[in-house]
Amino acid sequence: MVAHVTTPFQSIAEIRANLDDGTYSCRELAESLISRIEEHDNDINAFITVTADDARSTADAQDVLIAKGQAGPLTGIPLAHKDIFCTEGVKTSAGSKMLDNFIAPYSATVVEKLKAAGCVTLGKTNLDEFAMGSSNENSYYGPVRNPWQKSHVPGGSSGGSAAAVAAGFCPVSTGTDTGGSIRQPASMCGVTGIKPTYGRVSRWGMIAFASSLDQAGVFARNAQDAAILLSAMTGADPRDSTCIDAPLADLTQELSTPLAGIRIGVPEQYLSELDAPMADLLTSALFEMEAGGAKLVDISLPHTRYAVPAYYVIAPAECSTNLSRYDGVRFGYRCEDPEDIEDLYKRSRSEAFGDEVKQRILVGTFTLSTGYYDAYYRKAQQIRRLIHQDFVAAFNSVDVIAAPTCPGPAFQLLEKISDSIAMYLQDIYTIPVNLAGLPGLSMPIGQIGQMPVGMQLIGQYLDEARLLGMAHQFQQRTDWHLATPTLQATGVSHG
Amino acid sequence: MAVNKETVLTIATLAHLEIAIDQVDDQIERMNRILDLVDEMQAVDTHEVRPLATPFDQVQRLRADEVTESNQREKLQSVATRTSDGLYLVPRFVE
Repeated sequence: MVAHVTTPFQSIAEIRANLDDGTYSCRELAESLISRIEEHDNDINAFITVTADDARSTADAQDVLIAKGQAGPLTGIPLAHKDIFCTEGVKTSAGSKMLDNFIAPYSATVVEKLKAAGCVTLGKTNLDEFAMGSSNENSYYGPVRNPWQKSHVPGGSSGGSAAAVAAGFCPVSTGTDTGGSIRQPASMCGVTGIKPTYGRVSRWGMIAFASSLDQAGVFARNAQDAAILLSAMTGADPRDSTCIDAPLADLTQELSTPLAGIRIGVPEQYLSELDAPMADLLTSALFEMEAGGAKLVDISLPHTRYAVPAYYVIAPAECSTNLSRYDGVRFGYRCEDPEDIEDLYKRSRSEAFGDEVKQRILVGTFTLSTGYYDAYYRKAQQIRRLIHQDFVAAFNSVDVIAAPTCPGPAFQLLEKISDSIAMYLQDIYTIPVNLAGLPGLSMPIGQIGQMPVGMQLIGQYLDEARLLGMAHQFQQRTDWHLATPTLQATGVSHG
Repeated sequence: MAVNKETVLTIATLAHLEIAIDQVDDQIERMNRILDLVDEMQAVDTHEVRPLATPFDQVQRLRADEVTESNQREKLQSVATRTSDGLYLVPRFVE
């Protein structure tokens, strides 16, 4: 067994210092984390594929750069990619039997950018099939377990990426967020997660679920690390026409900006509908922001309750269109001995898609079909504009909006899987942000029954630096982001 | 709005999905629960509200009509189940 050269819960800044002063090498760090994954991931199931050999050779190359004095901020930093980002030569499954045999022939822009920045990829993380789910129980590769309590879900759909950071398998990871799939698992696993503005990060090579909502982002131990990683992922991409035409952004520029004078909008209806323990933690976190000089302002987002209904028209509609490409012909699963072309399409899709994916394809096909389009799809897009207008109006009087990330802490495995509606309502506070295309961040603000919960900060378009700065300032005043689970025992430690 | 057996089977055909006969009733029930949730939208007056298709009404960016990608047919077809001479093979459907 490889000796652990570091604590598994170091931040990027701590790792950077240790790599640069020779305390350990990139190779030693990678070996240490690979060994931790081998030791514990049978329990957690955060990874679908561990790319140990690639990690070793990349780490060796980064050690050469460091020796030459050519290290950048991310040189040698280990990470894991959600298994929805195409990675050349590596299985890219999207958590589906459909792509169990798919070795990506090219890499996503996100993967290319982080590779060029010197990151060492340890592997590909588990997720709900095609990112459809809020508990990571819809994966062909089995559920991910929450490192804080293995009887509980990690949230979803980027459950593997959130659990990997929480479990100390890697300091940072990538994820995608269509209706809350970064922020919700970040909250449930006690890590910091950010979904940037729609279009901030290229979607090229990111397997599509709902194209007008999907956006890539990151998980990290703290806001500073999230800022460093996300900065390297941004920038215009000629291969994604929805990617905002802006240069690489420095999202670390507001980390030292004090909270003083920042106006935080608090939607009145959000706090009043929460259970007491969650409302108390949110109130305490807001008090901490106020103590730092921020000003709390009551606001109203009146159409929030219609966000989930509108989302469950728009997302399935786009999903049914996007997933029509899986036909058993060009790549992915093909059924045995098809009788004819229709049988080939039908059986390949029916045998390889899981229940939730089929469910959403059917709903989407229905709402887009002749005679129903206006009642459903057009109506949902009109609601989408009203939700967008709610945010625009709120941002006339505030700089940032604070909200719960989800209604409560992680729930138990199997607790909600048979009740689609209960599962869908987990995303009630995150979905409006995707519909409007705004940036949203979740950071840990406390625990309920020894399970972490988060608070969401919602920003104006392209205002990620402010969200990350506010979270960093909050994390200078609190230590919830430093709490880590103990994997060997059922208990947890704080600090 | 509720769907019935006939509608669900038609949708499944459109979506190229099979629903096992013993699962049709369950599928109808699950879809109707989702449609009940979705129907809450009808309480909102959206008269004269312009639909929003994508965040901040983005318009499609155009680029020069130039070839920018190289031909990688062999590489891209290497993940297909069956190919021959650069073509994808499927069951014969035109006699």
